[in-house]
Amino acid sequence: MKLEVNKLTGGYGAELVLDGVEFSVPSGAIVSLVGPNGCGKSTLLKLIGRVLRPRAGDILLDGRSLSAFRGGDCARCLAMLPQHRHEPAGLSVGELVAYGRFPHRHALGLLNDDDRRIVDEVLAMTRLTALRSRHLSTLSGGERQRAWIAMTLAQTPRLLLLDEPTSFLDICCQFEIIELIKELNARGGTTVLMVLHDLNLAAACSDQMIMMKERKVYCAGAPRNVLTVQNLRAVFEIDARVNYDDAGCPYCLAMGSARPRDRA
Amino acid sequence: MAFLALLALCVLAFMFSVRFGELRLGLPEIVTTLWRRDGGLDYQILWYIRLPRVLLGALVGASFAVSGVILQGVLRNPLASPGIIGVSAGGGLAGIVVMVLLPRHGGAMVPAAFAGSLLAALLVYVLSWKRGVSTIRLILAGVAVSAMLGALSSAVLLFNAEKAGGVLDFTIGSLSTRSWRHVEQVWPYMALGLLMAQALCGRLNILALGDDVAVGLGLQVERVRVALLATAALLAAAAVSAVGLLGFVGLIAPHLARMVIGSDNRFLLPAAALLGATLVMACDSVGRVVMPPSELPVGIIMAMVGPPFFLWLLRKVSYEA
Repeated sequence: MKLEVNKLTGGYGAELVLDGVEFSVPSGAIVSLVGPNGCGKSTLLKLIGRVLRPRAGDILLDGRSLSAFRGGDCARCLAMLPQHRHEPAGLSVGELVAYGRFPHRHALGLLNDDDRRIVDEVLAMTRLTALRSRHLSTLSGGERQRAWIAMTLAQTPRLLLLDEPTSFLDICCQFEIIELIKELNARGGTTVLMVLHDLNLAAACSDQMIMMKERKVYCAGAPRNVLTVQNLRAVFEIDARVNYDDAGCPYCLAMGSARPRDRA
Repeated sequence: MAFLALLALCVLAFMFSVRFGELRLGLPEIVTTLWRRDGGLDYQILWYIRLPRVLLGALVGASFAVSGVILQGVLRNPLASPGIIGVSAGGGLAGIVVMVLLPRHGGAMVPAAFAGSLLAALLVYVLSWKRGVSTIRLILAGVAVSAMLGALSSAVLLFNAEKAGGVLDFTIGSLSTRSWRHVEQVWPYMALGLLMAQALCGRLNILALGDDVAVGLGLQVERVRVALLATAALLAAAAVSAVGLLGFVGLIAPHLARMVIGSDNRFLLPAAALLGATLVMACDSVGRVVMPPSELPVGIIMAMVGPPFFLWLLRKVSYEA
């Protein structure tokens, strides 16, 4: 599903967090949003995910304005994993994943055979089948994160928004999550837009990167063109070296802060 | 399976509650007495005193319990109970004002307490509104409003200390001298509230995952939240107006039910309703038999027997609130 964002402005109350943001995500692409803390990445995701309303500008899904969708219709094609979520006591993995079918629910809110098949598939894909009756509170951080992602997958979205899906996970769990996202993208053509803090991970797994700075998109494009020494200095205020692996994918090595001492 | 057990427990509490008290009849005798409608003393006691009291206890227990389940889900807080949105304090103040200052209008007690409860809940909701409701603001507004209304109640009682004794029953929660009139006054609201709760419980599951997640799943968060809060307030207001400030059942019945049923509100709600009814009927019958000929109010039994039992269960069952 193609996503276009036009001159988007928004924020909380009087505070403006995004100011005239413009970019587009081609259908079937994996795109990472990167940028320093407070640059508006999460806010942008919340605006696309309808948690916040834009002050101005437009968000288009396959050319159709987000404001023209009814809530339920939107949730059937767009799923979002926010950072803030709550795990009720005694909630099991299977129950959580089944809640992902909520936008597709039928009379009386019961699951039909289709729903059950999708829940089973998603559990298998996220390797949670053996854990389906376990309570969320008894899982490790990586398993828990997979369970929440499984819930969004059960929504069978065509566009998936993920806010920091790999934060607080060890390096192996991070790769598990990224491989899962790539598999999903390759298998079903799901378009993915995610906020990542690890620049090298973002460069390695994304078709495109969007780098944000102070309420605006600073630059966007192939990782090769975004992850450059100049951009890292301008946006993150770091001195960094950028190298390329055998496939030509860039990776960076941060050498130190480039922030002027008196300002820090 | 667990449901059948809960249902059996509830029926057992009902039979126990009808059987024991000042008048003790065997179950067959109770059935034949009620069947014959002979108008004798036994029949009078059973039909006009015992049955409405037991039935009201069951309704009140179910209402408090379901209200508690809804609030724990909406506020995402295991400590939430019907008192937290101001219903108890509001109903208490209105009830006390009618009993102390307008003693001749005793008939207005139930409607006044009902209105007071709902108004307090509305006040809490309005005070916590600021571009939407946050659960933290709602809880804090509830605590603040409850404290204020509680102080007003104390002031009213202080200046009318000679009449305060009669109010004690109400502030503890009691089922004594409740009649069919009380049942008639509150059951329609309770039935409506229970139906609304059952209709909304699938959405409550989603709301309990957090606002952002719920929006992502296509839930109209503010609309569903206000509907659920209104349902919880309606149930608690009806219950408070019928028996007074009976605490604890709205807190523990949801947790007990969760230990048995799990966290899916579609099953948790009816389970908690059965357990709440069971608890109130059981505690009321205990209060009637422990020290005859006088009786202890159900509120006292609930608060004395409830906590140790609850804590024992908490330790026994591996459970994380």
